[in-house]
Amino acid sequence: MIHAIGQLSAVVATALFIFSLHWMSDPKTSRNGVFAGVAGMAIAVFATWIQPEIIHHAWIFLAIIAGFIVGVPLSRVPLTAVPQRTALSHAFGGLAAGLVGTAEYHLWLTEGPENFTTFRMAALVIEVILGFLTFTGSLMAAGKLQEVSWIPQRPVTYPGQNFVNLGVLAAAAVLGVMLVVNPMAPWAPNALLGIIGLALLFGVLLIIPIGGADMPTVISILNSYAGLSAVAMGFVLNSMLLVTAGALDGSSGLILSIIMCRAMNRSFTNVLFGAFGAVQKTKQIGEAKVWKQESAEGAAQLLEQARLVVIIPGYGMAVAQAQHKVRELYDQLTKRGVTVKFAIHPVAGRMPGHMNVLLAEADIPYTALAEMDEINPEMPQCDVALVIGANDVVNPAARTDKGSPIYGMPIIDADKAKTVLAIKRSKNPGFAGIDNELYVQDNTWMLFGDAKSVIGDLVKQFAGGGIH
Amino acid sequence: MRDYWSMLFVFVLATFIGLGVIRKVSRLLYTPLMSLTNAISAIAVVGSLVVTGADYPQTIRILGAVALFASMTNIVSGFLITDRMLKMFKKQ
Repeated sequence: MIHAIGQLSAVVATALFIFSLHWMSDPKTSRNGVFAGVAGMAIAVFATWIQPEIIHHAWIFLAIIAGFIVGVPLSRVPLTAVPQRTALSHAFGGLAAGLVGTAEYHLWLTEGPENFTTFRMAALVIEVILGFLTFTGSLMAAGKLQEVSWIPQRPVTYPGQNFVNLGVLAAAAVLGVMLVVNPMAPWAPNALLGIIGLALLFGVLLIIPIGGADMPTVISILNSYAGLSAVAMGFVLNSMLLVTAGALDGSSGLILSIIMCRAMNRSFTNVLFGAFGAVQKTKQIGEAKVWKQESAEGAAQLLEQARLVVIIPGYGMAVAQAQHKVRELYDQLTKRGVTVKFAIHPVAGRMPGHMNVLLAEADIPYTALAEMDEINPEMPQCDVALVIGANDVVNPAARTDKGSPIYGMPIIDADKAKTVLAIKRSKNPGFAGIDNELYVQDNTWMLFGDAKSVIGDLVKQFAGGGIH
Repeated sequence: MRDYWSMLFVFVLATFIGLGVIRKVSRLLYTPLMSLTNAISAIAVVGSLVVTGADYPQTIRILGAVALFASMTNIVSGFLITDRMLKMFKKQ
């Protein structure tokens, strides 16, 4: 009877999880999705907890309380820190899968050798490898995003890097096969330890050559791995619920990775093994073109006379925490009858959807946010394109310059607007180290400085009486 | 002992359901989507519950308790931050 309750609750929880994702199709219904997810989770946890084989409760209580103590503050981080929180949660997911896999192996070794079928052992090896590589890989990604001082931000590359990485993975795979074939050999527990060590190492090596601009893709791929490690855990534990929930997570990560890769015109292997930052040779533009700088007053006048302003935010807006000032500018302009739209590139920021969340936080209605494909046909009618801390996603070299590392990447056509205003922190090239011809175009004016203070100055022009 | 083929079957079908449902997710909501799916995949907690609470050797239960803590952290922070972000998306 109590076992049947467990099975039934797993079915109900699965259905609730699918509904949960279904409701994410529209911002209006999306919060139902959270409630469905919480309900499914609560049902599954309680139905498992009341099973007769669970007899020790103290540690469970302690672990759950500890989870709340760490989890609640992690949910209150500033929204600019959401990418690193997400990476950290992938790390936790990987760690849980890896640890449970290790625990199950030792359990079978001591009290259940009949469990050592080829299928389950293969699933266990995959669970452990995926779990632990996701753990260190995601920790490294979180560290890079948090700009921890001892983790290099720039991609680190060295000769033979891919050879080393694949060698480490191959060594883990060989040990894994040995373990699957002979799980009870005297050396087998050490082989598992070896696999764990190699997987931990591989996770670190995988992320070392990856730069900030590739983070949206890498976070999505790690998301997928975390989901797949949960699937493998489901095979190990004979749990359909784990298999389905893990598959939902894995397919979500997969779709996001594909969208991110397409938005950069790159392949998975190119992101993981291409070391984006290393291949650039900063090419000198033939004739030395110069920036034209504009004052806050002049820029405000341009904006005020416009009918359609398209704001293109990038990571620079997130770094400067400028979203609230952007909201004030949005208010000032819409009050004067200017139509303001936001053009969001899929890879703007450090994770999928990063810009949307920041702008929503600043109370900008989501109806003002437009995708790249929707906005590009409108760009020739746009009077002022205001670029805030975005660089590669508006670089026309992606369309024209076959030698550019970003050639072929779809971009927001800021250069087709009648006038371009670009806010940039410094006169150096952007993250990828590529020159951007947009900035030296005839109709482009630059505003140098921290995005927050530059937009603050613009707002003052409107509010303080400079412009009526 | 369950039939592994049926589990593979469920995995493949669940992946296709996942692909179908996720494809329809609003592009505005990719960041909350990621924290939501992360919380959902922390259903791995049911595995750690058994490893921690059953009558197993202590070292194994310690591994289970750490895994339980990690999954629980993801559940709590994942659902809370997803809701916090979704609340911010307003039409006007």
